[in-house]
Amino acid sequence: MVTLTIDGQKVQVEEGTTILEAARKVNVRIPTLCYLPEVQAIGACRVCLVEVEGNRNLQPACVFPASEGLVVHTNNLRVRRARKFSVEMIVSDHPMDDCLTCPRNQKCELQKLADDLGIREVKFTGEKSGGQIDDLSPSIVRDQTKCILCRRCVTVCKEVQTVSAIYTQGRGFKTRVEPAFGRSLNDVSCTLCGQCILVCPVGAITEKENIEEVWHAIFDPSKFVVIQDAPAVRAALGEEFGYPPGTLVTGKMLAAVRRLGFNRVFDTNFAADLTIIEEGSELLKRIREGGVLPMITSCSPGWIKFIEHFYPDLLPHLSTCKSPHQMLGALTKTYYAEKAGIDPRDIVVVSVMPCTAKKFECSRPEMAGSGYRDVDYVITTRELAKMIRQAGIDFAGLENGYYDDPLGEYTGAATIFGATGGVMEAALRTACEVATGKTLENLDFQAVRGLDGIKEAVVPVDGIGNVKVAVAHGLGNARKIMERIKDGTADYHFIEIMCCPGGCVSGGGQPVPVNDEIRRLRAQALYQEDKNLKIRKSHENPSIKRIYEEFLGQPLGEKSHHLLHTKYTARGRF
Amino acid sequence: MKSWRAQVLVCAGAGCVSSGCRKIRDAIVAGVENHGLKQEVKVIETGCIGSCNLGPLVLINPEGVLYQKLTPEDARDIVAEHLAGGKLVERLLYKDPLTGRPVARLEEIDFFKYQQKIVLRNCGLIDPMNIEEYVAREGYQALHKVLTSMTPEKVVDEIIDSGLRGRGGAGFSTGLKWKFARQAQGALKYVVCNADEGDPGAFMDRSVLEGDPHSVIEAMAIAGYTIGSSQGYVYIRAEYPLAIERLEWAIRQARERKYLGRNIFGTGFDFDVEIRIGAGAFVCGEETALLTSIEGRRGEPRPRPPFPAVKGLFGFPTLINNVETYANIPAIILKGAQWFASFGTEKSKGTKVFALAGSVINTGLVEVPMGTTLRDLVFKIGGGIMDKKQFKAAQTGGPSGGCIPAEHLDIPIDYESLTRIGAIVGSGGLIITDENTCIVDFARFFMDFTQSESCGKCPPCRIGTKRILEILIRITQGRGREDDIDRLVELCNNIKDTALCGLGQTAPNPVLTTIKYFRDEYLEHINDKHCRAGVCRRLKKQAAVKIS
Repeated sequence: MVTLTIDGQKVQVEEGTTILEAARKVNVRIPTLCYLPEVQAIGACRVCLVEVEGNRNLQPACVFPASEGLVVHTNNLRVRRARKFSVEMIVSDHPMDDCLTCPRNQKCELQKLADDLGIREVKFTGEKSGGQIDDLSPSIVRDQTKCILCRRCVTVCKEVQTVSAIYTQGRGFKTRVEPAFGRSLNDVSCTLCGQCILVCPVGAITEKENIEEVWHAIFDPSKFVVIQDAPAVRAALGEEFGYPPGTLVTGKMLAAVRRLGFNRVFDTNFAADLTIIEEGSELLKRIREGGVLPMITSCSPGWIKFIEHFYPDLLPHLSTCKSPHQMLGALTKTYYAEKAGIDPRDIVVVSVMPCTAKKFECSRPEMAGSGYRDVDYVITTRELAKMIRQAGIDFAGLENGYYDDPLGEYTGAATIFGATGGVMEAALRTACEVATGKTLENLDFQAVRGLDGIKEAVVPVDGIGNVKVAVAHGLGNARKIMERIKDGTADYHFIEIMCCPGGCVSGGGQPVPVNDEIRRLRAQALYQEDKNLKIRKSHENPSIKRIYEEFLGQPLGEKSHHLLHTKYTARGRF
Repeated sequence: MKSWRAQVLVCAGAGCVSSGCRKIRDAIVAGVENHGLKQEVKVIETGCIGSCNLGPLVLINPEGVLYQKLTPEDARDIVAEHLAGGKLVERLLYKDPLTGRPVARLEEIDFFKYQQKIVLRNCGLIDPMNIEEYVAREGYQALHKVLTSMTPEKVVDEIIDSGLRGRGGAGFSTGLKWKFARQAQGALKYVVCNADEGDPGAFMDRSVLEGDPHSVIEAMAIAGYTIGSSQGYVYIRAEYPLAIERLEWAIRQARERKYLGRNIFGTGFDFDVEIRIGAGAFVCGEETALLTSIEGRRGEPRPRPPFPAVKGLFGFPTLINNVETYANIPAIILKGAQWFASFGTEKSKGTKVFALAGSVINTGLVEVPMGTTLRDLVFKIGGGIMDKKQFKAAQTGGPSGGCIPAEHLDIPIDYESLTRIGAIVGSGGLIITDENTCIVDFARFFMDFTQSESCGKCPPCRIGTKRILEILIRITQGRGREDDIDRLVELCNNIKDTALCGLGQTAPNPVLTTIKYFRDEYLEHINDKHCRAGVCRRLKKQAAVKIS
């Protein structure tokens, strides 16, 4: 431990703790911009500058290590002037006329910083570095004119996701963050995961909005508009309306979407339960018939695009199951349409997802097994919040709503899909019981929960033996597992991989900000819901039993094959 | 060893190569053969002799006669008249600019007379492609001495005592740097040579590598022994192909002669050097950016601390010095700290190599003791200003340096003195300007350079330098505003205080010093729309005549 003095207050910290962290201990909040815990500390933006006695230059608090006897000033005239200048410079190269129309208006870190530092005029105006707007991908829009070059997106893409779709190029005033050769995200091996959106402090990276298309569908009297939502949405939507992270707002959300004018409200969770049955059957088949193992989950479209780009040789390891919302879309336009007597041509399926890659997924040509697009529009959690605000709905005042039958019933196993390890846990619950016929005493598989990058477990299953499983979240961890499959050291039967760190609760379509604490809280909300539900195993979902009886027949049967399973495309790097 | 009656040294620094020295060499070789002098006269290519404006040139030893500005015909005459006939070829000798009289011997020429060569001790004297010639000039003896008779601590003390300071620009004590790198704990350590010389006009590092590459290799090996490292890297810019070629050759020879590799001098010490080639970014001369670039990443500076000595290349303790700094080391080891410290001033010891350029009569590479006055450099060595014009200002330290006006001509050139007047020694670029230079345009030129070479990482440098440049351009185009000088000073001071690395922190120096010493000229541009040098074409050359 070392003792240092910050603004006249003594503070004791571990040696090497940054001044930024040490200052928090004495309730001093040093402003930051390029710094992002768990992602990047590079001292680039010069906003967290402090004066360290004995140092000629001002020092960035986010990286300067505490040492014994250090005397630090975080708020004197020199420091204030320096910080203000750094932000003034950024502002002078920022298209301020666009603030009112920016998707991040009022949620912009630069706005807040400029306000906090009391910047009331732009003293040094001049040419703007400009750039282009890339809106070619179905998921993500990059507006270089707004980029402040903090590099948070570059770091998350390279270090966390190991994708490196975008990086810093050029020099001086012409420095830009962009894909190789200034190409579109659509032309490179971007997985469209949207983690860059979550870390962008301004409006330079946003999802491609589909709000207007959805409004038009809703107000088109010839359309029957169905909405479904992924489990992670209900664990985070509340944050958009001022609830603390980890507040489950399922009831209010359901009431709100009904008020928006959707004709039916289904739950992606239903299809998550269905996934467990289909995927579980596929796994058992592979184990019994000597198929390709380990089998890997396929419900995360960013992950799918990653393996298609980076490990196309390993595609046979993927389960052929579509992701749950695609399954539900397909069933809505077949099973439900038939049941309700609606022409599937008139049905519009809207998925609310924590995800930007799903926007791409729903546009994949193979996602139309019924002859109609499984899902017509994907909107993110953030977009749903915007629609609720646009409609003038007082979210907090709403009574609880409900899901519609028959595609709205779900179990606890489905709801934990939203957290890393959730799919695996749901699968294990069903696998253990179905294979053995015995009832599990403890349904909580703690080994696959939590934020460790790669989690492993060995589960003895009667009749099969020890089933070895692994769970990875974040593409950096996925890459590690892929390398082990390549070199033959991954002797697992089943692997769950989620594209985004923490799983879908912190997907690229979720409310900002996201950090490990928020990931934990959102996951906790889902585990709590699971715990409170009466039925916690997918195979016990009555609606699932019914759909097999009435419509699908057998898992992996003919109908399943057409509607619920898919194929993949080797894409290569460029 | 064979002895020769005469040795013809053909300067083959990159400057002379581009002005055609290879043809001169071929002509001399052919002439020597034709006159049957092959057994008596040895012709070799050597490194930069220094007087670049006189090239292509040859030096004939042992007499020490310099022939300048040669054509292949001239070369044939030199063979016929001097080497075969024993007479000086008067028309090819250097002419004293004042008297017009020919001066035969190099050491009698003012340009060379006042120099003190430590760093450049072998440049222009030996064949850099022949390790024997380096060895013959006490080469690798310093390494032998260190490995066989000195502890690492003793080496550190010697370097500290010598007072040597980093020649790359910052002027930090080299010995202390070595000490920190020695003390740092690490499973691996690295020795790195910064040969990413990028200041416009500066070429001393290139010349050392072209003319005496072994001095750097030897120094790096000494450094390796001292800090406990067995691997060195030379980071050299791609624009220096000749230096790369000669350094590669020298490394190969040193390996063959076992001055590099395993068990050097049978002492159990292992050391090797590899070359890494830069891709053209000025900022990679900044030490942390350079290390990042060697690591294969985009060359951008990182905050210090941690300093490279603690956490450098690939996260391991790293000693990084520039070429000129290393080139001093073997001499210090062999001749001693006291000898070295006998040159220079109280706090700035030894010599400094300057690349003298601009409006002086004699341009080229000069090495003088620290503390030599600017006046001596310009007027004694440089021969004064061309075309009988007036000295206006000297820019030291390249784009990071400052502009020194005539009132400070008598300032001794050392770290402290230059810093005091807002300039820096820097890497040793020295650009002399005369009355035909517009000072605002001069500042604009340097700002244009640093602005486009900013790595873009921190906003003060990326955007701030652009804003400065915009104001300077506006002033030179006659659109200057009344408060522009205040705005410039505010921008400059803030950038100095907030930028991440040395590039940004020093980028405002040319602007601040020109405002400090030539404010009138700025005001003329802004208020009178008048450029006294006639450089800013949208402004009037003549001052407006007041009609009373």
